[in-house]
Amino acid sequence: MTVLGRWLTAFGRFWWDFLVGDTPELFLGVLVVVATALLLRHDGVAAVAAVPLECAVLVAASVYRGRSRS
Amino acid sequence: MTSAVVLVLAVFAASAVEMVEALTIVVAAGTTRGWRSAFEGAAAATVLLGVIVGAVGVPLVHLVPIDVLRVVIGALLLVLGLGWLRKAVLRSSGHKALHDEDAIYEKTVAELASAGAGEGPRRDALGFVVAFKGVFLEGMEVVLIVLSLGSSAHRLGLAAIAAAAAVVVVGALGAVVARQLSEVPENTMKMGVGIMLTSFGAFWVGEGSGVHWPGSDLSILALIAFFCLVTAAAIAAMRRVLARSTGSGAVSSVAASSR
Repeated sequence: MTVLGRWLTAFGRFWWDFLVGDTPELFLGVLVVVATALLLRHDGVAAVAAVPLECAVLVAASVYRGRSRS
Repeated sequence: MTSAVVLVLAVFAASAVEMVEALTIVVAAGTTRGWRSAFEGAAAATVLLGVIVGAVGVPLVHLVPIDVLRVVIGALLLVLGLGWLRKAVLRSSGHKALHDEDAIYEKTVAELASAGAGEGPRRDALGFVVAFKGVFLEGMEVVLIVLSLGSSAHRLGLAAIAAAAAVVVVGALGAVVARQLSEVPENTMKMGVGIMLTSFGAFWVGEGSGVHWPGSDLSILALIAFFCLVTAAAIAAMRRVLARSTGSGAVSSVAASSR
């Protein structure tokens, strides 16, 4: 592999680890949060409530998924 | 004004947490391979990170439409903030071991010592590379936070100054306490930063999408308060989950040690 190829692979791996890593549910969940905000942008109260609530559900679900099972 | 203060606090705290981790590696490299190479490696990485902020951040602010920038950066901040929050909740509730700077220090020293003797006051390539890598990799997360918070709020300079101040403060503290870095309440700081990044992320995703937050910038404070409550509830719930799976005696000792 060329130097450029190795550099691009390392660059891609950095972003994959950073964005997805071992918590793909957070990455997918954030996409849902963005989609919700865009869909509800004209419905003020619903959007203001939905965005933080979705984030709260997301962190709760991800924490539960990462719990120790010993 | 409110968002500027919270921005400075968030960038400062995030940079401080990452710099404590970087400093552990630099101190380990300095004590085993010689301080000159360790300092040079750390300085070279810091300069490179500064160049990245200038080279990427300035065009980002001037060329990308502000609403697109805010949605993308808000999403990035949410991924980062929720990840930090997740780790902090798991650590505080006893599901994950606390980050141990002493263990990292001992491991780095052992690895460097096994590579043979350092070259004392002269330049040592291994010491330089280890210090450079430690500062650069930990600093990349700081760069992303500076770029995202700074550019979406159009306060890149302020964010960069806050990060630089954290580097100076942690560096000065490191010179005083040297190997007592495990005394830094890293998990608590990480939890605070996770809450702030998540709050900023939710705010910018909404703002960039066209959502009108009540009270404008002031709603960031309400979001911070909301995510503090969510975090406290998540820690309490996860302690109960652990208590059910291991027995209450084990949990109370874990809870006491994580305070």
